[in-house]
Formats: sequence, structure tokens, C-alpha cells
Amino acid sequence: MKDRTEYRISPPSKTTLGLAELLRYKELFYFFTWRDIKVKYKQSILGLAWAILQPLLLMVIFTVFFGMFLGVGEKVGSIPYSLFNYSGLMFWGIFASGLNNAGNSMVSNSNIIKKIYFPRMIIPMSAILVAVFDFLMAFGVFLVLTIAMSSYQGFSVNWPMIFLLSPVCVLLSIIATLGLGCLIASLNVKYRDFRYLIPFLIQVLFFLAPVIYPEDVVTDPLLKKVIALSPMYAPISLKNMMFDIPVDLTCIVISLCSSFFFLIFGVYYFRKTEAYFADIA
Amino acid sequence: MMTKPILEIKHLGKEYKLRGNSEPYKSLRDSLVNSLSNFKRKKNDSFWALKDVNFDIQEGDSIGIIGKNGAGKSTLLKILSKITYPTVGEIIARGRVASLLEVGTGFHPELSGRENVYLNGSILGLTKKEIDRQFDAIVDFSGVERFLDTSLKHYSSGMQLRLAFSVAAHLEPEILVIDEVLAVGDTAFQQKCIKKMTEVSRSGRTIIFVSHNLNAVRSLCERSILLEKGQVKCVSDTNTVIDLYVKSGLDTPQAIELDGITDRSGKGELRFERIRFSRPYFDVNEEIEFDLDLKNQTDSEFQEVDIAVAIMSAEDQTLIHVCNKFIGKEFDHRDQSYRFSIFHSLKPGTYKMVLFFRTGADIQDWVNEGVQFRVERSEQNYKSNSQGILEPKFKVEQINRTSA
Repeated sequence: MKDRTEYRISPPSKTTLGLAELLRYKELFYFFTWRDIKVKYKQSILGLAWAILQPLLLMVIFTVFFGMFLGVGEKVGSIPYSLFNYSGLMFWGIFASGLNNAGNSMVSNSNIIKKIYFPRMIIPMSAILVAVFDFLMAFGVFLVLTIAMSSYQGFSVNWPMIFLLSPVCVLLSIIATLGLGCLIASLNVKYRDFRYLIPFLIQVLFFLAPVIYPEDVVTDPLLKKVIALSPMYAPISLKNMMFDIPVDLTCIVISLCSSFFFLIFGVYYFRKTEAYFADIA
Repeated sequence: MMTKPILEIKHLGKEYKLRGNSEPYKSLRDSLVNSLSNFKRKKNDSFWALKDVNFDIQEGDSIGIIGKNGAGKSTLLKILSKITYPTVGEIIARGRVASLLEVGTGFHPELSGRENVYLNGSILGLTKKEIDRQFDAIVDFSGVERFLDTSLKHYSSGMQLRLAFSVAAHLEPEILVIDEVLAVGDTAFQQKCIKKMTEVSRSGRTIIFVSHNLNAVRSLCERSILLEKGQVKCVSDTNTVIDLYVKSGLDTPQAIELDGITDRSGKGELRFERIRFSRPYFDVNEEIEFDLDLKNQTDSEFQEVDIAVAIMSAEDQTLIHVCNKFIGKEFDHRDQSYRFSIFHSLKPGTYKMVLFFRTGADIQDWVNEGVQFRVERSEQNYKSNSQGILEPKFKVEQINRTSA
């Protein structure tokens, strides 16, 4: 009996990050992600194709409406507007579907939360990983599109930059999503109104991050910095460096600060309130 | 040197705040409105589901926890399982705790049986390696080999239950916490579960078991704890605790008010008002005795009252059906009550009762839901896993063979 760890169950006192515990439960983390991916694609006819079709269709819509009718132009820097908005949309997808999944995850898994203990953070985290899985599909399409468009239109592609920056942008997108996702997930347990707020919030943030417009559309320097407060500004803007489109480093730093602020605050709030999820979920 | 107890529970207490309008979660609007009108709402209602609970559990013990509804059993289990936290006090655990508050937690209808075994096992705290190793044993025990790759939604509820229990039965923690889960399924399956649990406890694991089924507690646990109103009333060997529990229940006959029951039909001029069982539960060897009070909604007197009572199994089979007319009793009703005594051969368990009566040709009241009672066995040295649906009452004797 000596080798067994002794642990205490007592009223929650200090709020820690609980990383060590998360690591011990990495298999459950894997199983939750695997379940969500499997279930998501099991009942649809097109299955995995949805992960590819969704950003492609959006690309077409934005290219037609913004590129042609509203005159954003055919090109952003050296690349076609369609490729520009697609590259933004694929990172945006991590945030949009990740935040949506994570925000509702605690409520939709409440039956499990009420019956079994495990680090609660696993649930929003695996909800976000499902969105990252979709991103990987969309990224494949992105590579194909880039090859096709560059050989057809004859612009040069900085491949090392693409493979260097993509993981960074994914990581930044995950960080942006995790902070807000945890915050909203725990608020959603307590106040069910947040369910209705999530799509609205995503919509607003969509227009704040330069996904479908080049960032130099905003000329007012102050307004630009306010827009940069959106946590998704950094990865979306940073990815422009793949195509040698100039970026504003100050804005990226502002966005990173905001992103980390939400990460710390969101995770802290989640950890602080998770002890009572089972009582009120 | 004395070994330290595997579980120490010290001054444990859990307080629940009671909110005025009973909604467990709030809407943001309510919170905003309330914070503005705080003066209006100075309610400080709280309720201690557990209060100053102290006890130790030694390694290898199997402990039953019994008590009436609301005594704090579920809260205690939830705290032990870390699902919720105590308000005061602490528990020191020296070993891995796995809890089974429900079988099949996390089962997903879209996934196959095989996938659900892995998912559920992992939720219950098994590693993938452990599941791999035990997979065949789990499937064997469940008896659903043929459907392993079929979606769970095509399983019958019995099959789902068997699969779920099989996973749970193969947990190997040092401390296993089990709620009323054994109360599900048919009798044969329940017995299989209890047998498996007994095996688990013999293998040296520590078990904490909560149940209303006193026989299950008796066959599984050497020691028990009686909870009453959130406090420990008694910790002792199971028979002593059950006796105390049964006795403490004796002075409160169970009356069920029927006014609140809406699932009923009939004309309703004369209705069932309440049923009063003479005891909170009945022993297998005693008759089921109860009084029926009627409520006259009119001023008239009723002729030819015809009261029928049916006792139903959990599967909704009518097991016993009695009626005053069967034995030639004719009543005219003014303001009397009716006392029934029913001899029976029911096994220990919970039974539903359906109440029905007519006056002349009019169906007056028909109560389908909401009345139930329990049958228990208090005899301590009765050992049986009788498979029949009725309680056997029999004798066996050795006799001398008479030469022809």
C-alpha cells in the first residue's frame, strides 16, 4: 500500500492549471476527440467531404460577392483574391467551429459530467481539436489550390514560408479559441443564454479579423489597433506573410496580448467554476 | 503497526443553496435583474445534504450505505467520486477510486459496440492497454459478440445494459463505488451482477455500495453505514444496521396522497384520496395491508362500490388482481375507508399498484401511476438465488424410504 498515491478530496481552495492531471488523462482526451470526429461524419452522406466543401463554398461566395461585385479586387498582393480568402477561411474555421463546439460542449456532455470525474478541461479542448481535424482536410485543399493557381496564373509561391508559418498560425488559432472557448463553456453552464450569443459573437469577430478583406482596407490607425484586439487577428494577419503581403507587426502584437489575456482569464475562470458544474449542469 | 485506512472521511459536509425559484441554472437576465433588485431577495436558504460525516474504511472492506431517500447517500457518493466537492471537511483516499453511478456513461448510439466499449472504459478510467487486455472477457460476459460492429442504436435496451455492465465489471480500481446500478435489468441479470460484485469484493477490492435493495446489501457487504438526514446514524455489521433501519421505518406508516396524481381517468365524483400502507415495506412472509380513503366530491351516497387493486411487476405484468366482488363483498359507500389484506408470494422488490373503482356501471377513478411499495426479506439466514418469478414457500425433508 506504500506505493499508492494518497490524495485528498476537500473544498476547492486554490485554482491551479492542473496540467499534470490533464496529462494523466491524455487517453480520455484522445477518445473524446475520436468520438466527436467519428460521430460528426458518420451520419452524413458526404462524410469527410464536408470538411473540404465548406471552406470551398465560402471561398466561391466571397470571391463572387466581394471580389467581383463589391470591388475588393481580383488580386491581393500577388495572389488571387480567392486564394487569399480561402487561406484566411481555413484558419478562421478552427476558431469558428472550435468556439461553437467548445462553447456548447459542457452542456451537451452534462450527462457524463454528472456521473464521472475527469479533468473537465478535456471536453472543450477535444471539441476544439475536432475543428483542427477539419482544418487539416481544408489545408490539403489549400495546397492543391496554391499549386494549381500559381502554375495557371504564374505567381511565385514561397513554400518554406507556408510550411513554417502554417503550424504557427494553427497554434495561435487554437490559443485564441481555447481562451474564449473555456470562458464561454463555463458561462454557458451557468447562464444558458450564452448558447444564443455564440453564433452572434462568431459573426462579429469574423468581420473584425481580416479574413475576407486585406487589412490595408482599414486606413485609420486607431481603428486598426482596435480591430487588432480580436484574438484571431494575429493568425489571420500573420498568414499573409506566406504570400509576401506586408503585415503590421504592432497590430499582431496587440492581438497576441489580447489572445493570451483571454487564454489566462478563460482557463482561470473555467478552473475556478468547474467544481460546481455537476451541481448545476 | 496498524495499516492506515484506505479511506478516511473527516467532518464531511455539503451545503446546497436553495434558490427561490428552483431553477438550478439561471439566465443572464435573471442575474442582472436580481443584482439590481438585491434588497428584494435576501433569502438565505441553504440545506445541508451531509453534515459532519466521519468514518474510516479499511482496505478490502465492502461497505453498504443505506438510508431513506434524501438521507444524503447520493451526495456522499458524488463527493467520493469527485463529481462534486464538499463544502467542509475532507476525504483522504489511499488508492484509485472508480465510481459506477450509472452503467453505460457516455455510451453513444452512433458508435458500434466495440467502439463504445473503448469509449466507456476510458471514461471509467481504464487505459487503452487495460481495455485491450480485457476486451475478450468483457465481450464474453456481455454475450453480444455477434453485434460488436453494429451501431449501439440497433441494440435492445437489455443488450446495451449487459454490455455496459460488462465494462464496469472489469474495472480494477482499489476502491469501487457503486450506486443503485444493480437495480436495473431483469432478475436473472441482477443476480449475475451481484455474483460478479461478490467476486470482486472477495478478490480484496474495497467496495462501497449504495442500494435500496437490502438483500443485495446483505449479500455483498459485511459492514454498513446508516445515514439519516445527512448524518451517520450507525456504523456496524450489516445485519445490525439493517435491523435498525427497518425498525426506524416501522413507526412511520407510508401514506401516499393521491390528489397530486394526474395520470388517472374516470368520472371522478368519488375519488381515491390516499392510500395508507400499514408498514413502509412488507416482509415476504407477511400480508400486504393497506387502507384506501376515498374523497366524495358530491353530497350523494354511492351504491355498489367495486374496488379493484392490481399489483404489477416492473415489466408491467399484472401479478395480483383483487376486487371486493371476487369474495362476495358488497358495499354502499357513505364515508368509510377500505382495508385490504393481500396474501402473496412476491419476491423482494419494488412493485407498482394500480387502483380502480366503479360505482354501479360508472368508472369513477383509475390511478395508473404513482403508487408503489416494497417487499423485503428480513430473515437473515435465508440463502437463495431462486430463479422463479414468485417467492417459493416450500419445505424439504429427508424421509425414510418405506419398503413396499
